[in-house]
Amino acid sequence: MSVTDQELSEFRAEVSAWMRDNNPPDPGFLLPQTFMEVGDERQLEFLREWQHKVWTAGYLGMAWPKQYGGGGVDAAFQRVADQEMRRHRVPICFNVIGLGWAGPLINDIGTEDEKARYLKGILSAEDVWCQGFSEPEHGSDLGNAQTRAVRDGDEYVLNGQKIWTTMGNFARYMILLARTNPAAERKYDGLSFFLAPMQVEGIETRPIRKLTGEFGFTETFFTDARIPADCLMGEEGQGWRIAMQTLQYERGAEAGAAGGLAMVRVTVDDMIDDLAGARRDGEPLLQDPVIRDEVVRAIMDEKALILGDRRARIGALTTDYPGSLPLSQKLRASEGARQLRKLAITLQGAEGGLYVGDADARQGGFWQRAYFNSFSATIGGGTSQVQANIIAEHVLGLPK
Amino acid sequence: MSVIGDTTLTFSEEQGMLLDVAREFCRTRSPVDAVRRQLETPGGFDPALWDEMVALGWAGISLPESVGGSGLGAAALVPVVECMGRALLTTPLMSSALAGQLLLRAGSESQTGQWLADIASGAAATVAWLENGDWGDSGLQAQLDDQYVLRARKLFVPDAQAARYLVVPAMHRGEVALAVVAAGQLEAQAFTANTLVDLTKRAANVEFSEIQLTAQSVVTGPAVAAALHDVRLLGALLVAAEAAGSAAACLDTVVGYLNTRKQFGRLIGSYQALKHPCVDILTGIDSARSFIYHASSLVAGEGFDRNVEIACRMAKAQACETLLYAGDRAVQFHGGMGFSWECDAQLYLRRAQWSQQQFGDSQHHRKRLAALLLDT
Repeated sequence: MSVTDQELSEFRAEVSAWMRDNNPPDPGFLLPQTFMEVGDERQLEFLREWQHKVWTAGYLGMAWPKQYGGGGVDAAFQRVADQEMRRHRVPICFNVIGLGWAGPLINDIGTEDEKARYLKGILSAEDVWCQGFSEPEHGSDLGNAQTRAVRDGDEYVLNGQKIWTTMGNFARYMILLARTNPAAERKYDGLSFFLAPMQVEGIETRPIRKLTGEFGFTETFFTDARIPADCLMGEEGQGWRIAMQTLQYERGAEAGAAGGLAMVRVTVDDMIDDLAGARRDGEPLLQDPVIRDEVVRAIMDEKALILGDRRARIGALTTDYPGSLPLSQKLRASEGARQLRKLAITLQGAEGGLYVGDADARQGGFWQRAYFNSFSATIGGGTSQVQANIIAEHVLGLPK
Repeated sequence: MSVIGDTTLTFSEEQGMLLDVAREFCRTRSPVDAVRRQLETPGGFDPALWDEMVALGWAGISLPESVGGSGLGAAALVPVVECMGRALLTTPLMSSALAGQLLLRAGSESQTGQWLADIASGAAATVAWLENGDWGDSGLQAQLDDQYVLRARKLFVPDAQAARYLVVPAMHRGEVALAVVAAGQLEAQAFTANTLVDLTKRAANVEFSEIQLTAQSVVTGPAVAAALHDVRLLGALLVAAEAAGSAAACLDTVVGYLNTRKQFGRLIGSYQALKHPCVDILTGIDSARSFIYHASSLVAGEGFDRNVEIACRMAKAQACETLLYAGDRAVQFHGGMGFSWECDAQLYLRRAQWSQQQFGDSQHHRKRLAALLLDT
């Protein structure tokens, strides 16, 4: 399928106009910047309605098959739609585990029945999906997951506990990594992958209150919970491989994800805009030589990541350690995001001490809350320290 | 407008081939024992090796074909210099290339053609930039009077004693001009060799006491000031490229040691306290190389605009800070071995300190970047 530049630019104009006309007004409460921040029903219903609207307009799941609720067109259109969503700063499409993990996986390796059953609900936001990988004792060490799934006739019986389940209390389905064979020689070979329903007896979720005071994650307890055997994806023992496959969809619509704005990207430009009018020693903030140096460093960090993406595509310039740029992306992006938010608060002066809820807080306390929430990315998905170990071992070849 | 600005990054197949050739040449011709053999020689480099590089066309790689160069432009210097940095290979190449670029940009070919042809065929040249230790000083004390008599005292002139031509910025009739002094016009005592922190490098203070020049040997005109501005940025970029190469080699040295040295019954590379700083060095090098090749994508034009200036300054600020960190950690992570002369870690640490001080240190460039990025 080939798409002409003209088709894309016409489409861009169309979607841009739609986003401009339909970008919802400020609801009067802070909206989640990422799908990990959906803390209450009010936020959930707002985002559910928004995603449904985007999908109905035809700007979500554009490259997914038509018969399952998708648009059946080239992924290039979705990329344009995503760019326009970002540019117009519309709310996120919050059902990220469905749109970016479970959905593309089902599209790629699911049965006809699974596609028919799940895909449309993911796009329409009717069915919220969550992810059950991490466990209390095995945060960054997924391969060691201990939650048990035992085959019993037409069912699997689940026992164990997951933690940091995003929107676990709102979710209808979970992508679940559970151990079917504790005796497997390699720990990875004992794992299986399930598309598990959440509303069954024996599955209980308990919201976790985050450091921000808000909610967004749950602990999920499995106590003799019975799910149909056909929830197993692929075959027993393939869980690790399938779980790893879900990670590749992070590269966006071209890789198979449904698209939609997954998170609000915050940049140095935003920080500079939001600090307008701030002063230090009686002078405009950005005239302070120490502050200027810090802001320049932040600009360089952000720019280096963008340039690194470009350089990664040039084989001749990545010969030393070919895995370096892609493997360090998560570490660098998440750490950079955390540092930027921290800096933005420091630069506010005394107002930096205010928080969401104070009428005088800059941008309603956006940066303070964003800083606290940014740890979800430096901790989740393998902490920065584990990422550094992975890079040291797999890129530099240092010993375990 | 976004503070991120231009993010162009292109690299041609031709440049890729040059990178491969340069890397292989530097690796095989400049092993570390060859580098060490030059540390305490007066010249500091192997003339036979320099001749080979000239024969490969590198002395004139950035100069036009009309003067015997390869016509590949300033960008072609970047991969070559990076590979030299990786092998700690020092020759007059960088000094000569900058002198050549300065003359090329400041004067007409009818005046500068012969100098450029000599540089392209291997005659070393250098620019006498400094009159004190401050790269941010915009003043110029050197005087070239109406009778073309040069009076100047220039400091830390790179490769001064190897150069056949010394290009000396000086005030002439109220404007900055370039006096091109032939080495033969200077007595031996005009040079006072510097003792440098980096033993692979050579520089000298040079006294130009009443050197008689001619109108032919002085480049004047409005292009001179712009050329000085641009070539300083190019100098920062080349030092950055060399430093990034040295940092990569330094990291390899550290990783090699961490993979062989055992303490407390285990390879020391398994300790996270040593592992994680290695990753910091790696990501620092990644950033530096991204800035460097971004900058090299932009330097093809005749005059450098704001985007080129931002790119060169970011490259220099990042690369030299990374090399300094890498060299510092390299000594530390080699333990007692790292404190010894025999350990190569000291070579990188010395290079790091030298590089940081060429064409302005990281703070200098970030200060200029702040003005470029935040005051518009």
